[in-house]
Amino acid sequence: MAEFMPKTVYVIYIASTPEKVWQALTDRALSQKYFHDSLLEMEPRVGGDFVVRFPDGRVNVRGKVAEWSPPRRLATTWTVEWMPELRELPPCLVSYDIETSGDSVKLTLTESYQWDVPDALLSGGRSGWPAILSSLKSVLETGRPLVVKLEPPKEMMEAVKQIVATKPWLKG
Amino acid sequence: MSKPNFVYVIYIASTVDKVFAALTDPKLSARYWFGYEVTSEWKVGAPFSLMKDGKKWDNGTVLEYDPPRRLSYSFHPEHDGLENERPSRVAFDLEDINGQVKLTLVHDEFDEGSQVLPKIGMGWPSILSSLKSFLETGKELPPFWRGDYDKK
Repeated sequence: MAEFMPKTVYVIYIASTPEKVWQALTDRALSQKYFHDSLLEMEPRVGGDFVVRFPDGRVNVRGKVAEWSPPRRLATTWTVEWMPELRELPPCLVSYDIETSGDSVKLTLTESYQWDVPDALLSGGRSGWPAILSSLKSVLETGRPLVVKLEPPKEMMEAVKQIVATKPWLKG
Repeated sequence: MSKPNFVYVIYIASTVDKVFAALTDPKLSARYWFGYEVTSEWKVGAPFSLMKDGKKWDNGTVLEYDPPRRLSYSFHPEHDGLENERPSRVAFDLEDINGQVKLTLVHDEFDEGSQVLPKIGMGWPSILSSLKSFLETGKELPPFWRGDYDKK
């Protein structure tokens, strides 16, 4: 299997502790505040199940816990399931690195792929992560999430069908 | 092949007017930008400089001034041997989203092999994270980033 290569990186600094940031990234109730109302559920071990659910219980994302090193590094594989075509894509890897930086925390999100994924497909994460992680920072610093509703980018929706039809990850 | 640039988006529980003021008021920038004062008459063509401790660290020219939606200036470091590179460009766009602000920074027009690009790539996330904290909580982030910046 090819290595996961980073395609999207987002860094945000938070006035908090690594332990509190870790809790926000792994706790079901806390996640609902900042993750567009979705709920993160994960078994606290490598190989455990990882699921992101919409508030009505439908599955948004499904995967496995790939790294579990509290409070420093968390990684999960992601297969997005809310659109049937997306289920056919190979999983990506979403990892969080939590570092102390002075009296703050530097949180680095990395989205990685094992294939040469086109930018159009990356646009979903690139527009979504800043909203999610900005809201996470607000929750930890002020107790109040942001209210940002995002639609999936049109270019992504159009690209997905074409990509699934040609399956470029099977080449080379 | 796309040209090298740095794009960063952050959402802030504030108003576009307050964010625009923070981007253009030297007293406010000194708080969240770790002591740096954004100094300009803020009209197109006017000089821009980033001052700290009475020293000019970066200079440029105001390219666009459209409060409270868009601000851009050219950006030319005056330190650390970076003086020889041509000026790059910093642009901020502010959008109201449900009574909050989406701030989009695009820093582009770098020389090929720019030494400035990797430094600003480390700097902007800490500056804009601090700006968000400052506007939401009244308290900026502590000035840790000089340390990071100097190490590289």
